[in-house]
Amino acid sequence: MATVTDLHDDHHDHGPAKGLMRWVTTTNHKDIGTLYLIFALVMFMVGGAMAMVIRLELFQPGLQFVDPGFFNQMTTVHALVMIFGGVMPAFVGLANWMLPIMIGGPDMALPRMNNWSFWILPFAFAMLLGTFFMDGGAPAGGWTLYPPLVLQGGDGFSFMIFAIHMMGISSVMGAINVIVTILNMRAPGMTLMKMPLFVWTWFITAYLLIAVMPVLAGAVTMLLTDRFYDTTFFSAAGGGDPVLFQHIFWFFGHPEVYILILPAFGVISAIIPTFARKPLFGYSSMVYATSSIAFLSFIVWAHHMFTVGLPLQAELFFMYATMLIAVPTGVKVFNWISTMWKGSLTFETPMLFAIGFVIMFTIGGFSGLMLAIAPADFQYHDTYFVVAHFHYVLVTGAVYSIMASVYYWIPKWTGNMYSEKMGQWHFWLSTISVNILFFPQHFLGLAGMPRRIPDYSVQFAEFNMWSSIGGFAFGLSQVFFCYIVYKTIKGGEKATDQVWEGAEGLEWTLSSPPPYHSFSKAPEIK
Amino acid sequence: MSSENAYFVPHDAKWPIIGSIGLMLFFGGFAAQLNNMPSSSIVMTIGFLVLVYMMFGWFGEVINESESGSYKSNEDASFRVGMIWFIFSEVMFFAAFFGALYYIRTFSVPWIGGIGAGSVTNEYLWSSFEAMWPTNGPDNIGGDYQKMGPWGLPAINTLILLTSGVTVTWAHWGLIANKRKQLIFGLALTVILGFIFVALQALEYSHGYNDLNLTMASGVYGSTFYMLTGFHGFHVTVGAIMLAVMLVRSMKGHFTPENHFAFEATAWYWHFVDVVWLGLFVFVYWL
Repeated sequence: MATVTDLHDDHHDHGPAKGLMRWVTTTNHKDIGTLYLIFALVMFMVGGAMAMVIRLELFQPGLQFVDPGFFNQMTTVHALVMIFGGVMPAFVGLANWMLPIMIGGPDMALPRMNNWSFWILPFAFAMLLGTFFMDGGAPAGGWTLYPPLVLQGGDGFSFMIFAIHMMGISSVMGAINVIVTILNMRAPGMTLMKMPLFVWTWFITAYLLIAVMPVLAGAVTMLLTDRFYDTTFFSAAGGGDPVLFQHIFWFFGHPEVYILILPAFGVISAIIPTFARKPLFGYSSMVYATSSIAFLSFIVWAHHMFTVGLPLQAELFFMYATMLIAVPTGVKVFNWISTMWKGSLTFETPMLFAIGFVIMFTIGGFSGLMLAIAPADFQYHDTYFVVAHFHYVLVTGAVYSIMASVYYWIPKWTGNMYSEKMGQWHFWLSTISVNILFFPQHFLGLAGMPRRIPDYSVQFAEFNMWSSIGGFAFGLSQVFFCYIVYKTIKGGEKATDQVWEGAEGLEWTLSSPPPYHSFSKAPEIK
Repeated sequence: MSSENAYFVPHDAKWPIIGSIGLMLFFGGFAAQLNNMPSSSIVMTIGFLVLVYMMFGWFGEVINESESGSYKSNEDASFRVGMIWFIFSEVMFFAAFFGALYYIRTFSVPWIGGIGAGSVTNEYLWSSFEAMWPTNGPDNIGGDYQKMGPWGLPAINTLILLTSGVTVTWAHWGLIANKRKQLIFGLALTVILGFIFVALQALEYSHGYNDLNLTMASGVYGSTFYMLTGFHGFHVTVGAIMLAVMLVRSMKGHFTPENHFAFEATAWYWHFVDVVWLGLFVFVYWL
């Protein structure tokens, strides 16, 4: 099964087509992976620009630069862009590039659909970002889209709903492709428990995506009919309940945050063994821990809603179920540290980002545990403490793992080594600035500063100024990252096939960059 | 590895980008139409036509590849696994609406009626409201209406769908035994039953709107009723169209007893739609 035939071309050399149409009509998993990654980087910059506006306005108390309505549009669209346009496509890009190679397959299982999964996204985001130019501006009710607030938006509302539908179609098709590829395209001998953890974590992520993206689609469809077709799903006057939306949304939303982090676990589980020059500690426990996290993610959603007026039994159940997640997550952190224990460690840029991930993601995990305590959450809810928490898990967690994987695999993708010196600068600039950016937000939240507001009481001024300075520095560091990526694509020291001394896995048996069709013959799996 | 077992990787896919453009025109036009923007319904129509064109082209290409023998057991397995997970995604889509129905019936309506945690809400806001099902809420949204009973059209529709599940299986047996007549006759019956179902559903809607004053605006009962049955009706329509395509292909001599993934996928989809209906019949119409 592992060779590739091409029944459309008569000649047997089928490298990439020429020109722009190569990228539009490609079915090659590497091309599509590249498209996804570039798209994600662009969206990361777009969402980042919005974050800069937010930090600029919050630099000082009072209203200086933008009006409150626009500020709310910034926070709302920043989140939507970063989640659906930044982190998710970045991971799908990594999956496209690496999964077929890691399992020794010829390509993704459904290559044409793979192309469509990607090419829906630019149109979906054009529609979402287009709402800025409409009457009433972009959606401003928060990315969680709670009714009745979200129903009061301008013309952009319906465009946002359909943009979300398009992103959902893209995600579900992408996830189906991942699952089919993993189940059906493995080289002979690549049993499930021999697969690299990145493949395993993506397998489970894809399952989560297929399970919850349609639920989000259902939720936003009901929003649409509530606004335009006089239904009353979320209006108590008609017998519905606005809290119902929160339940449905978070039934999607909580698995969604694991969709954003499970592939990160896989990446880190690849990078740490390479630079510790030791096999991963506890491979099978990693697989079981990932599966447990995925299962638990379905029964904890209401911890986002502790203050909404749930019955006491519900508060207790969701509190304890949420705390349970700390167990498999703890197993993972333990395993990463045990992998490094007594290893021959070196600290190239990917490893720095991986270690940064382990430390700072764990900080975010602990603040998550604090938020899981229902009585304490009444104090923290909707404060900057929550903002600090999820930015630690998403920026220094998910985004750091994406940075780590770019440095780890870019020599393989381009055939060029990145500049190690610049990579180290990028890491330290990012890590110092990101902590200046988000750490003070813990204190702001504990002191009672609410999230999603453009102005604040003067006692919060100093920490906010620090946070903004960190924010600008972090933003600039990522512009530097773009430059590093650009420079590496353009040229640089040639990378060897092995690239990293301690790296294991099928991707390192191929040339750097790999041939257009990875395995013309199924590799032998030991 | 012999090249006979090579995995088929198509090249130069032009249909996806056409599909994306169609999707954006359709959804964008729809969104614009909801805001009463000018010429939006034209954009929406163009988008729909582009999508139809894309489906004809894309599926046509796949059918040609299938008939010319490009797909072997491995590709077949990919399609099968893919279809199973697609149906799972549809299950979850319906789960969102069923979940809304259960939540409303079990929690929100009783709470508004003052049971349990809702006692204060009820006393201060809607003290005259008593929890019951069906309901259009304490504000009597949409005015007085009548419930859609289970034992008229819905019961007939249940029989129709269950029968169609039998006929499609009978057609499948014909295909496996290479009895083309049985295949074509069974499929034709299934398609007819499918479209009768859709027609009766339309009749039921017109009965609801014209005679019962039961509309989408009839509070949460009307909302859940039309959302669930409408979404299901849409799926039956799509399934019936898929079956019709299978019928045309069967008459053209496509499919072999060994190789007929498209037929089976359609049959799976049809059974799925069938099972969802049983859930609807029990929870929306009957109980």
